[in-house]
Amino acid sequence: MATTEQPARHVGARVPRKEDPAMVTGQARYTDDLTVPGMLWVAFVRSPFAHATIKGIDTSAAKAADGVVDVFTGADLADDFAAPIVCAWPIVDDIKIPEHWPLTKDKARYAGDKVAMVVADTRAGAKDAAELVEVDYDPLPAVTDIELALADGAPILHDDLGTNLSMTWRHSEHSPVPARGKPEDVFPAADVVIKEKYRIQRAVPNAIEPRSIIVEPSPAQGEFTMWSATQIPHIVRTVLTLMTGVPEAKLRVIAPAVGGGFGSKLQVYGEEALLLVGSRKLGRALKWTEERQEAFVATTHGRDVVQEVELAADRDGTLRGVKVRIVCSMGAYMQLLTPGIPLLGAWLYGGAYESDAYDLEINGVFTNTTPTDAYRGAGRPEATYCIERAMDALARELDMDPAELRRKNFVPADAFPNHTIVSGLIVDSGDYHASLDRLLEALDYEGLRAEQKARRERGDNRLLGIGLSTYLEMCGLAPSRVAGAIKLVCGLWEAAQVRVMPTGTVQVMVGVTATGQGHATTFSQLVADQLGVEIDDVEIIAGDTKQMALGMDTYGSRSLAVGGIALHLAGEKVVAKARAIAANALECAEDDLEYDTGTFTVKGTDKTMHVKEAAFAAWTAHALPDGMEPGLEATHVYDPPNFSWPAGAHGCVVSVDTETGEVDIERYVAVDDCGVVVNPAVVEGQVQGGVAQGIAEALYEEAVYDEEGNLSNGSMTSYLVPTAAEIPPIETHHTVTPSPTNPLGVKGIGEAGTIASPPAVINAVIDALSGLGVTDVQRPATPQNVWRAIEEARQ
Amino acid sequence: MIPAPFEYEVAESVDHAVELLTTREDAKLLAGGHSLIPLLKVRLARPGTLVDIGRVSGMVGVLDAGEHLVVGAMTTLSDLVADASVSVGCPLLATTAAQVGDPQVRHRGTIGGSLAHGDPASDLPTTLLALDAELVVRGSGGERTIAAADFFVGFFETALGPDEILTEIRVPKTGAAGTAYLKFHHRAIDWATVGVAVVVESQNGSISSARVALTNMGPAPVRASAVEAALAGADRGAVARAAEAADRGTDPPSDLQAGADYRRHIAKVLTRRALTQALS
Repeated sequence: MATTEQPARHVGARVPRKEDPAMVTGQARYTDDLTVPGMLWVAFVRSPFAHATIKGIDTSAAKAADGVVDVFTGADLADDFAAPIVCAWPIVDDIKIPEHWPLTKDKARYAGDKVAMVVADTRAGAKDAAELVEVDYDPLPAVTDIELALADGAPILHDDLGTNLSMTWRHSEHSPVPARGKPEDVFPAADVVIKEKYRIQRAVPNAIEPRSIIVEPSPAQGEFTMWSATQIPHIVRTVLTLMTGVPEAKLRVIAPAVGGGFGSKLQVYGEEALLLVGSRKLGRALKWTEERQEAFVATTHGRDVVQEVELAADRDGTLRGVKVRIVCSMGAYMQLLTPGIPLLGAWLYGGAYESDAYDLEINGVFTNTTPTDAYRGAGRPEATYCIERAMDALARELDMDPAELRRKNFVPADAFPNHTIVSGLIVDSGDYHASLDRLLEALDYEGLRAEQKARRERGDNRLLGIGLSTYLEMCGLAPSRVAGAIKLVCGLWEAAQVRVMPTGTVQVMVGVTATGQGHATTFSQLVADQLGVEIDDVEIIAGDTKQMALGMDTYGSRSLAVGGIALHLAGEKVVAKARAIAANALECAEDDLEYDTGTFTVKGTDKTMHVKEAAFAAWTAHALPDGMEPGLEATHVYDPPNFSWPAGAHGCVVSVDTETGEVDIERYVAVDDCGVVVNPAVVEGQVQGGVAQGIAEALYEEAVYDEEGNLSNGSMTSYLVPTAAEIPPIETHHTVTPSPTNPLGVKGIGEAGTIASPPAVINAVIDALSGLGVTDVQRPATPQNVWRAIEEARQ
Repeated sequence: MIPAPFEYEVAESVDHAVELLTTREDAKLLAGGHSLIPLLKVRLARPGTLVDIGRVSGMVGVLDAGEHLVVGAMTTLSDLVADASVSVGCPLLATTAAQVGDPQVRHRGTIGGSLAHGDPASDLPTTLLALDAELVVRGSGGERTIAAADFFVGFFETALGPDEILTEIRVPKTGAAGTAYLKFHHRAIDWATVGVAVVVESQNGSISSARVALTNMGPAPVRASAVEAALAGADRGAVARAAEAADRGTDPPSDLQAGADYRRHIAKVLTRRALTQALS
């Protein structure tokens, strides 16, 4: 299965996760587990109003409280910042990005906007004193709905911008690669045009570990060490340098054990900047740990998109064109990547299908809500939801089987390698028919259709629905040139360093930081095979800018497809150097050596040298080839030539109680093609977790704002994160088309489940009820929303 | 996460607890804590003193008193689920308790705490209302007994005085009656969107009496009197039509979980299903 030159021993095996013993026994140390001597605690005063002018802040009572060291407002810290919070993805030239300070000075623009920072000697003391800060708010009308925010007379969040519309991006105007054709050339003459409108609700990422930050200053050296529950310690370091003026060389950022992120920790937060600035001002170590309820408003949200889609097709089902307009909530401000999130799906609204024409318009809108940013899948779940719902709608319109319609339109396997899809990007590989065929077989699709018919005919009040969702996603972010062409401020290469120690163990430094994905296990498998060592002889070091200075961090299913390739290529450099050492020691030419899983053999002899022996020789340096540097180590920085292109087909089977609207998932089957699988257990875990999160979006979760702009369900009681009791067994299958773009043939799997599953579930619900005339159901498809869809269809 | 400051006292006896309730300002009882602590954590509850009654003896366990069961107010829900005299004498109490929260909640949460909290979405009050249970309370004025129908007064409001403690619950045994508690909720751990408790006495398909109570169809649990009246003396074929009156006289809330119209609809469906189950 592997494309590496030596036979695999560990790659492809279900190796138990190395990181689990520490996590399940409580020995893993998360930021909140850490204590620094002399540390003070921080609490933030947050606006209870979604929109209000701040007329004054009186901190005197808080400052006078027992144990309070200081209280800062935005005005107090005006001179401590070199720049406001950074938005690194201005996707169009005329984008409107408002000034965004860690402590707002003039206005609160969402319920949760930070107004003051309290520093005290205990956590409870800081929290108590925060209640004593008196803020004189003059409440203003708030707008939380994206469409209302664009209406005439809507409250304007940023007075200096004069509008709530931040930007409009059009594929036809802004994409660096052109679409195959223009919708205006296709739609007028099309046999069939369908128009649909979908609303993707706002979601709260809810990592199990809330955010936590410690900053410890070393005033004599002017140095700072920050521990932060983040996915991106390297980017945090660079951005905080820009924001605070602390030199990059004097700032060390450590992400210790991190308990999930799902994009919400792909961020440089105001709190991080404030703790850094506060510790510089006070010369004291500071700590802040987010409370769960605080996290609901203070940590970025995801999705919140309205989509209008039109598909043009021939009567026989041949897809001719895709035209989409979406309106996305930015929230009250731009965070690190906010405007770029919809762009990550901007070439994927055509799905895995061929057609002749494509266009997409993205509008970004400010509302009085928590800023949005990446949430598992970031842009791609939105695109997949849109096209997969629309394909089902088209199938209904044409009275075609939805599987047949998909099959008819897939990009054929023989179009690869390197096929230019309708939106203009080049997809390296895939076999979409194979995934769908595998899915239909696993589902017993024909049997299910028969069962569905039987239930309908006998008037069963538990109707069966079968939902399909096929997807194509781009991940393995990303070629830096492409990142630049679509106006991301940074590159998206990745780095790794491999060092074989004198005793033969291997130290591996990687730039990607794990938040629970199993990096240490997966990377150890690669190294173990490449260098002929045991899994436990490989030490993976990550998440510390001092130990591994290079890295672009973790998001976009890139850890293996980009970071793993950097690691593989660094390993190849180590093997090459070891080869030179071995040839020297074995007195032969390098070409006379065969290499297999750590061992060099002189062809046709039994003379061998292992990489470990070469490492010892490299350490003693007694007899190295002339001019060779001692030590056996190498670094590689890898910039991928293309994205990677996972794809797949998911199927969901539901029973819907037509009396109550309850949806019961009877089966969920996932067929994913993530290229070569390094560790099937890790991959299955990613798919299962991702599907669970997608089912959550389809059936349970929604951040709801009331008319005043307060988050109505900002707690674990009222925001319905499903538990193990709600998630059905998830059957996972794989097809494998190795990526020709990278030497390991891998593609990435971190987001596939979340991308594929919401349309599978919603399509299943609608499929169950289509006989009653139901064509849409509001997400999440709670019993009440399903019941209302049935009632509306009956009228 | 971080409650506002409060004093903490451990009560050694019911009388001691009553004394603390009487003498301390804004004193609040801490039983299993599964209603109170979440409110403390987000500072929605800010008591002056927490009076911990977790170590008061004699308030835990179920006693079989012949015609009825005597349930100590500090009995946990999981103990109710597992108690042999409950499963034999009043299985409805066990099946209701088994549907509250999750295992962690049931292991810590107590029946007394659940009843005294007066949450309209809570399951046990509804079941006790259907069972015509009595609640025994003690305060500075001595002991008194309150019928379940009089105990649940309104939205998070009970007949308990500020210095009174619920000490035990007297639950009539249900004998040969068919019973059921059906809870409609989205996630397994959620509060009831609507719940229904039924106790039906019938012979040879003829219903002699039916008691039906509803959860979250108003500020407090409520008896579905129209259903009860329609079923008295009727045969089981009357169930479907009778259940259509389940929402009569109710005042269901509209909230994030459900609109009032949906609750009314669910109350009817659930009542029909619960009666059918109890009669089967």
